[in-house]
Amino acid sequence: MSLAAQQAAFGAWLHRADDTAIAPALADARGLAVYQNNYRGSLMACLAEAFPHTHAWLGDEGFEAAAARHIDAHPPSSFTLDAYPKGFVATLRATWPADPEVAELAMLEWHLSEAFVAADDRPLSPNDLAELDWDRAQLRLVASARLLHFASNAPAIWSALAHEADPPAAVVAETPTAFIVWRADFICCFRPASGAEAAVLPGLAEPRLFAELCEDLAGEHGPDEAVGLAGEMLARWMADGLVVAVIG
Amino acid sequence: MPLPAPRFGLGLRKPHYAEFLAGDVPVDFVEVISENFMVAGGRPRDILRQVRERHPVALHGVSLSVGSADGVDAEYLRRLRSLVDEIEPAFVSDHLCWTRFAGFQSHDLLPLPYTAATLAVVCAGVDATQNALGRQMLIENPSSYVSFAADEMSEWEFLREMVARTGCGLLLDVNNIYVSGQNHGFDPAAYLAAIPFEAVRQIHLAGHTSREIDGRGMLVDTHDQPVPDPVWRLFAEAIARAPHAWAMIERDDNIPALDALLAELDVARALAQTIDADQQVPA
Ligand SMILES: [Fe+2]
Repeated sequence: MSLAAQQAAFGAWLHRADDTAIAPALADARGLAVYQNNYRGSLMACLAEAFPHTHAWLGDEGFEAAAARHIDAHPPSSFTLDAYPKGFVATLRATWPADPEVAELAMLEWHLSEAFVAADDRPLSPNDLAELDWDRAQLRLVASARLLHFASNAPAIWSALAHEADPPAAVVAETPTAFIVWRADFICCFRPASGAEAAVLPGLAEPRLFAELCEDLAGEHGPDEAVGLAGEMLARWMADGLVVAVIG
Repeated sequence: MPLPAPRFGLGLRKPHYAEFLAGDVPVDFVEVISENFMVAGGRPRDILRQVRERHPVALHGVSLSVGSADGVDAEYLRRLRSLVDEIEPAFVSDHLCWTRFAGFQSHDLLPLPYTAATLAVVCAGVDATQNALGRQMLIENPSSYVSFAADEMSEWEFLREMVARTGCGLLLDVNNIYVSGQNHGFDPAAYLAAIPFEAVRQIHLAGHTSREIDGRGMLVDTHDQPVPDPVWRLFAEAIARAPHAWAMIERDDNIPALDALLAELDVARALAQTIDADQQVPA
């Protein structure tokens, strides 16, 4: 048996608890269970650690059954366990299609943990404005920022659980609401995005001139209102630590 | 050969971050799990930078997979290199094992058959890693729970040959020697007698747990207990034969207060000192 065949066979044991291929290659197979235990145990622990509030919302039984099904269906494929929780959001969506708050709680937890280790940035502050050359300076979102859309009140449930308060009942709104998730210094945060913000933030993943930002808003709000609106948003973004100035 | 001085360290683990950031923890170095810091930015990288300002750091990986039949992963090595370039660690290590094959990642240290064919794969992996990092790798002996029908040599013969062919160093985990010795019925003394100690740069100390598996008692490398006596005895032997190796205690679960680990580290210091004294020739 080649080393490649042996490793494929060992993988089948870990992932599907199928030892028919690996057992004959072993002089002593009795310890195989230790590896199976370690493998499943670390994936279960990884999901539980990544989604504490989803876990609390579902309860032990619901969460652990969903996690076990996810592990059965999705072996890890990244060198870091930090990447493993991402796919669990889709598993939860498929498991509870009528309860969108379940997957949306997990989606929020996943994006907060992504923000936690996103690249460092030096956000634009009001002190920088005097020296900024507005004809050349482009704005972009900090690397940690994401715009998320929620059909449910998952952010409110998350906040209650995070403060160890009784969570509100799940509610599905008629139209989705947008939230911004980001990291300010080392603190991960989220807040609702205004309609105007939700319209322009996706474009700010790449650097844009302030004038272009105003143009984007002019279509919806008219050129005069657009400049004021853009100025208000910029002030808020600076207070939040959400944008970086890039000199192009 | 540079770098002998620091000798006694601890693993940097979350419950102790605040103490390591606050001030003078009496350790000569700290070891961190490389993958926990192979991230773009944020708090983890910042903590490591601050700790690095105070202590020499050893980077200890778990996902290199030097024994993968499909070779080491170039993208993984690129990310590890970027961490190495920033942190300038004293040592970079990973395990004699595999954790990745054909896109599957086990996140558990899996055993290799000790054959000439495996030796060729592992040596190619060590060579590729040392080339990518531009420095020596240390390879650690693993704990294992199964053995292969195809084995052609013992683990110590495998390690010796790997060192001779690649010039890598060894991270000798004396708990792993004890655990594997109990599980596979070999004598740890025979293992130590065959180790090329001139290549040993680091020594790991840890505890283990006894479990009943398929009607048989096995030791499992859980890192959740104090270092037990038989492991201390192997350490005394190892540190006598590799007096310049950097020694540290691995504790990953059931993590006690930092003081308890520092007290264990004092035991290691005392054992090494006894040996230093024994080896001094009176004038
Ligand atoms: Fe170790």
